[in-house]
Amino acid sequence: MHPDELNAIQAALAEAAESIEGPGPEDFSVLGRRNRRYEGHAKSTGRELYTDDLSLPGMLHGKILRSPHPHARILSIETGDAEVMPGVHAVLTGADMPIAFGIIPWTRDEHALAVDRVRYVGDAVAAVAARDEDTANRALAAIRVEYETLPALLEPRDSLETSAVQIHEAKKEGRNGNVTKHVMLEFGPVDEEMDSSDVVVEGEYYFHGTTHAPIEPHCAIARAGADGVLTVWSSTQVPHYLQRELARVLELDVAQIRVIQPAVGGAFGGKSEPFDLEFCVAALSLRSGRPVKILYTREELFYSHRGRHPIEMWYRVGASRDGTLRAVDARSLLDGGAYASFGLVTTYYSGQLLTAPYRLGSYRFESTRVYTNKPACGPKRGHGSVQPRFAFEISLDKLASELGIDPIELRRRNFMGTGETLNEFRVRSNGFLECLDAVEEASGWKEKYGRLPYGRGVGVAGSCYISGTNYPIYPNSMPQAAAQVQVERSGRVTVFHGASEIGQGSDSTMAAIAAEELGVPLGYVRVVSADTDLVPVDLGAYSSRETLMVGNATRSACRELAGKVRSTLATSWGVPERCVRLAGGWARELPDPRGAGGSPDGVASPSADGFRRVPISEAFQLAESAHGTLGAVGHYDTPKDVHGEYRGGTIGASPAYSFTAHVAEVEVDADTGFVDVKTIWVAHDCGLALNPMLVEGQMEGSAYMGFGEALMEHHAVKRGGPELGLHDAPSLLDYRIPTSRDCPEFVSLIVESNDPEGPYGAKEAGEGPLHPSLPAIANAIHDAVGIRMDRLPFTPDRVWRALRASRPSIRSPRS
Amino acid sequence: MKRIARLKVNGESQEVAVPSHFTLLEALRYGLGLTGTKQGCDKGDCGACTVLVDGEAILSCILPVWEAEERSVQTVEGLGDPRELHPLQEAFDLTGAAQCGFCTPGMLCSGVGLLNARVDPTREEIEEALSGNLCRCTGYTKIFEAVEQAARTLRERGVADASR
Repeated sequence: MHPDELNAIQAALAEAAESIEGPGPEDFSVLGRRNRRYEGHAKSTGRELYTDDLSLPGMLHGKILRSPHPHARILSIETGDAEVMPGVHAVLTGADMPIAFGIIPWTRDEHALAVDRVRYVGDAVAAVAARDEDTANRALAAIRVEYETLPALLEPRDSLETSAVQIHEAKKEGRNGNVTKHVMLEFGPVDEEMDSSDVVVEGEYYFHGTTHAPIEPHCAIARAGADGVLTVWSSTQVPHYLQRELARVLELDVAQIRVIQPAVGGAFGGKSEPFDLEFCVAALSLRSGRPVKILYTREELFYSHRGRHPIEMWYRVGASRDGTLRAVDARSLLDGGAYASFGLVTTYYSGQLLTAPYRLGSYRFESTRVYTNKPACGPKRGHGSVQPRFAFEISLDKLASELGIDPIELRRRNFMGTGETLNEFRVRSNGFLECLDAVEEASGWKEKYGRLPYGRGVGVAGSCYISGTNYPIYPNSMPQAAAQVQVERSGRVTVFHGASEIGQGSDSTMAAIAAEELGVPLGYVRVVSADTDLVPVDLGAYSSRETLMVGNATRSACRELAGKVRSTLATSWGVPERCVRLAGGWARELPDPRGAGGSPDGVASPSADGFRRVPISEAFQLAESAHGTLGAVGHYDTPKDVHGEYRGGTIGASPAYSFTAHVAEVEVDADTGFVDVKTIWVAHDCGLALNPMLVEGQMEGSAYMGFGEALMEHHAVKRGGPELGLHDAPSLLDYRIPTSRDCPEFVSLIVESNDPEGPYGAKEAGEGPLHPSLPAIANAIHDAVGIRMDRLPFTPDRVWRALRASRPSIRSPRS
Repeated sequence: MKRIARLKVNGESQEVAVPSHFTLLEALRYGLGLTGTKQGCDKGDCGACTVLVDGEAILSCILPVWEAEERSVQTVEGLGDPRELHPLQEAFDLTGAAQCGFCTPGMLCSGVGLLNARVDPTREEIEEALSGNLCRCTGYTKIFEAVEQAARTLRERGVADASR
């Protein structure tokens, strides 16, 4: 054989190694790389359009009047003066939209504008649309509302124990209407296992409550069109649910409502249900015949809230002498605020998501969510499971101390692997051990744990999270995610999908999948997303579902099209279909990997023409000639047979689970109580990193958010005095989110476990890596100064008091 | 009651009729249609509204529009365009420094303000220069990397450090 010929075959072999079926990253031409974001240029040039950047001819500005009382009956609303003001086009009150809404179909307890009763300071009471913001504000001031104040419940324990004040009517007679949800589930003989444990640690833990604080305030625009179609642009992460609830409340045909989600400037769960402003702009536009925009003030964001629930937690954990976890017994009281929001799910999540990555011998949890007269809590990144994870991972640290076992080793010993969790969830990939290894090595754990000088310490924590849920919010058996893909003669590919791009990179992910499957350069892919008129239904960007679900749907549609293109070329070239690969802007002929009729080492010889290739545009044209117009739809549906057969057994069941481990290193100033977090090492099993740059971004951002919750942030209202129920810090100056000077160094360590359910093995990365930040910091504080911080946040005053309590010799600065 | 503000934005002198209480941010967004500059908090806390005035990063949401008259205002739209990005814009893309992108225009202006003064900033100087710009997505890591990468590009292009 001539050397050139040999070289050609070897080169072809190398290409053939990029097998069409294979899942490994070495096989990809687009995926697995640090590709730029799809909308990166638009964002870095200020050209990206967010909802408030849009403006329509004749657009009016709306404003919402809010309750100054935490709990009151509305006796009357006088809007006459506002209505006749020049420049005012429409005024609405609760009577105009009496139908209740709510994201969970079983707990619809909210109104677009309060009907008869307000339940927290900030509850929406009336709305106006006027020619400009100034006029709208003057109109609000002219509305007179007469209230009869009612006793307000600010403490969850009061809500639980009081029946004299009912924030909502009880659904059944004799029940306490202040209770949103009560769940108790038991797996295995908890009491027996606890009694026979060698060591039991018991503690009370407290999560204080935090909010999302996206930098973009919520904004919505509605246009009641002459064609009878109501179009709503909104900074939402759930266009489909918004469309449904708009139709319910406004009593319109859902087919006549179009929801468009422009670019969203951060959400984190804070835009994952309908809000008053969306109903108000719609109704104001219908009333006035003009487009109407409402932009929340920063203060309104703090009242609309839906942030992480404050939870009082009691945990008892029993283990054998060798560290084996025998029993976990947990009780939680969730402070839900004024409305249910996702609370039914939150209540389950507060227990259900704790059963991995460790094998628990037995487990019982009892969780109760109550209403209080405060802004409603809801889903924040790591919904419902950040709080119990905090309590549990500190418990594990205490166990490790009691047993004299290294905390990382204790976690290794209890690793569950794959298979079924105690509450019957199916885990098919689990890279938690690799996560522990990665943070142990990167942090220098062995040289640091228990060995650093007083004031300095390291702590570890682990966690697990869902990649979407097997069951949608409203029961139905339709697919959870879908995509439509169109291939055009120029080589351009368009993906129409329903995922909500909120900064996490779903548009980039779908573009990369299409480029990978159809062999076009990334720049040839266009993405059309989150517009209910143009794309198939997707349920939205929540519970970390988009990469897995919409990714699978997009891949499925692309594969159908790629199959047509490849079969066309295979026929034309007279080779098996498996010998045609689409990649990098070309359709290429490959040696037959099965080696039929090939050389002795199983490699086919090139055909007479050598290995052929045509530009992808030509390949698409050939395929279009053979098959007609090229388009395909793909969908993904979750496994519906994988859950426990008990009430609540479906909640928390997910196609795939991600795993995370953190090590935090801290320095504690014993004189001031100031905790300086130096570094957080984050190892996360995302299944497979479709774009490592985006995955790292999610890991760092998650760890950052957990850090902020641990040390700085606190969403709270005044609990007494004349300003009862008023928000404590409704500004970004007072509600302190970490600045560039506050943050530790974040070190991302990607672990890939290749989940069979994920597209190419991918799982979630956007929420899991938040969880361990809080307990890892708490455990590091213990390593540094020997105190247990079981209650959040770790502000200097609290840490200083805890230090003083542990060492009575420290004098108060005042004495 | 509206008055005419005379502004020089991104090199172009313009007149815009605005209510007398308008801030520079409102004049840019609602008067001139320059929506790249963002409003995140209404009160100078978040930095999303940062623009360069005479080369220095300022908060346009708390600057009365009248105080920007006769000064040179540069917004994100004037930092570069898709054909010729500022090295910091390019670096934001390459490092993944923008996620939701809402803080990005302000972050870019603060970063360019720093790079105008120093092309060899330390990590601490970068942290300090960006400390008035809140980002809720990234944990800042990739933003720091972007500024460092842009600084390297500028040095490679032979741009002198103004401060040395």
